[in-house]
Amino acid sequence: MVYLYLLATLLFVFGIKRLTSVKTCRQGNRLSELGMFCAVVTVVLIGTNVNWAVVVAGILVGGAAGLLIAKRTPTTQMPEMVAALNGFGGAASALVAMATLLIDDRVQQTGFALGDLGIVPAIAFPATIVVGMVTLTGSFVAYGKLSGKKLSHPLQGAQRHALHAGLGAAAIALAVWMALTGNHVMTTVAVVLLAAAAAVLGVFLVMPIGGADMPVVVSLLNSYSGVAAAFAGFVTREPLLIVTGALVGASGLILTQIMCKAMNRSLGNVLLGGMGEEAVAKDAKDYKSIKSTTPEEVAMLLDAASSVIFVPGYGLAVAQAQHVVRELADLLQKRGCNVRYAIHPVAGRMPGHMNVLLAESDVPYDQLWEMDRINADFKNTDVVIVVGANDVVNPAAREPTGPIAGMPILDVDQARTVIVIKRSLSPGYAGIKNPLFDLDNCLMVFLDAKEALEGMVKEVKELR
Amino acid sequence: MAAYFEYIFIFAIAALLGFELITKVPPTLHTPLMSGSNAISGITIVGAIACARLGEGFLSQALAFLAIAFASINVVGGYLVTDRMLASFKKKEK
Repeated sequence: MVYLYLLATLLFVFGIKRLTSVKTCRQGNRLSELGMFCAVVTVVLIGTNVNWAVVVAGILVGGAAGLLIAKRTPTTQMPEMVAALNGFGGAASALVAMATLLIDDRVQQTGFALGDLGIVPAIAFPATIVVGMVTLTGSFVAYGKLSGKKLSHPLQGAQRHALHAGLGAAAIALAVWMALTGNHVMTTVAVVLLAAAAAVLGVFLVMPIGGADMPVVVSLLNSYSGVAAAFAGFVTREPLLIVTGALVGASGLILTQIMCKAMNRSLGNVLLGGMGEEAVAKDAKDYKSIKSTTPEEVAMLLDAASSVIFVPGYGLAVAQAQHVVRELADLLQKRGCNVRYAIHPVAGRMPGHMNVLLAESDVPYDQLWEMDRINADFKNTDVVIVVGANDVVNPAAREPTGPIAGMPILDVDQARTVIVIKRSLSPGYAGIKNPLFDLDNCLMVFLDAKEALEGMVKEVKELR
Repeated sequence: MAAYFEYIFIFAIAALLGFELITKVPPTLHTPLMSGSNAISGITIVGAIACARLGEGFLSQALAFLAIAFASINVVGGYLVTDRMLASFKKKEK
């Protein structure tokens, strides 16, 4: 029976492997679903004294909620949803550690301290609770930020670091107390306080992180939920959890690294954060020569263009304009125009956000070009249309100093004409001024992305 | 202690395996990989079910119930969302 666990582990390994290639990804997800099914069946089969009521009720309630969340959430809210689901995983691991403590008869004896189980469990119990709770509250702060709520840290600079260090020290002190007190009431008190401290820490850790850094945070929290599950494996002495959790932890860390690289920032720099809070542009007053245009004029430019590149950003997702952008692209392509999409790795609010969005409207893969492949082509391009992107096309990144200095960007300013569709001149999520808008070859369309693109489709059709 | 050493060993090897498995991911798959691995982190449901045992106190069973429910949200929601994304990738391959 236990060999079913081995089978589950193998299914997860091959499942994750297959998730990394476009051809096999769907099958990969199926394999990992099967692995999960296998694991759940095994644990109820090998268990003795299974409390069926609790197991069945828990799976039904949680499963129904998961089903509702997954089916009801619109594509626009995909990043928030992934963050929230992740938080639930972290919470579950923390709860597993707490429940395991309560059902361990030895720990419940007077005079037996958690430390008496050995150094590894003495560390694993508090570590699971801390990582799990940080994942839970951190994910929900990320959820709030992704759904557009302004959540900023109440403290600045040294005070902020002192607060975080204080909470960290308190957590360590509580963990030591847990390990040494031989009184199970005290142990319970320590667990509750530890969980509370970790929950507060999770909130404060994610709060100062700027909106443009969200893809990093979301993938890092994803990694944490894996680490929490692996630690829960130490707690429950279950190698399946250790292996699977470690796999997820590693994959989350790799994604985090990819995201950091795409912004030319170190992980530490992102986490200590602060970007997006200080350097806020003072609206239109900061700009000198903004030229605004209409969909009608853009249509005429497009009519004469032989090459067009679309640069999608978060605004495209918000406006749900992925279908109409494709309609415009198809229209232009039928007229012999070379149409492509330039995808910046951190465009949007989660890793690969734009790819998922454009896949939904069936944009062909070969039209999606990565930044490194397309950057040299901008100078030979007639028209670039930036749809709801801002920071990833901000030439300020080329300056030696500034909040986004050194971040690799799409060189849209080198195209003959750049059209920027944007509702207003308000700064992007990173909250900084974009000198692109002041350039002579840049025209602004101050409309909602969907409205603007629909207008262009209509006008282009009328031109011939 | 010896048993725990084995666990640490397993953890280290699995983490290395994870890094090796996922060195190259095309950007197209960043989101599905994230949400798919997110669903996998719901494996903690196994630990949660193991805590749901007859004859234990009310508090431990309440915690076990919550842990199972939360992990189920993570697993079911995570897999369905991932599948929804991958379905939109699949359509245009034909």
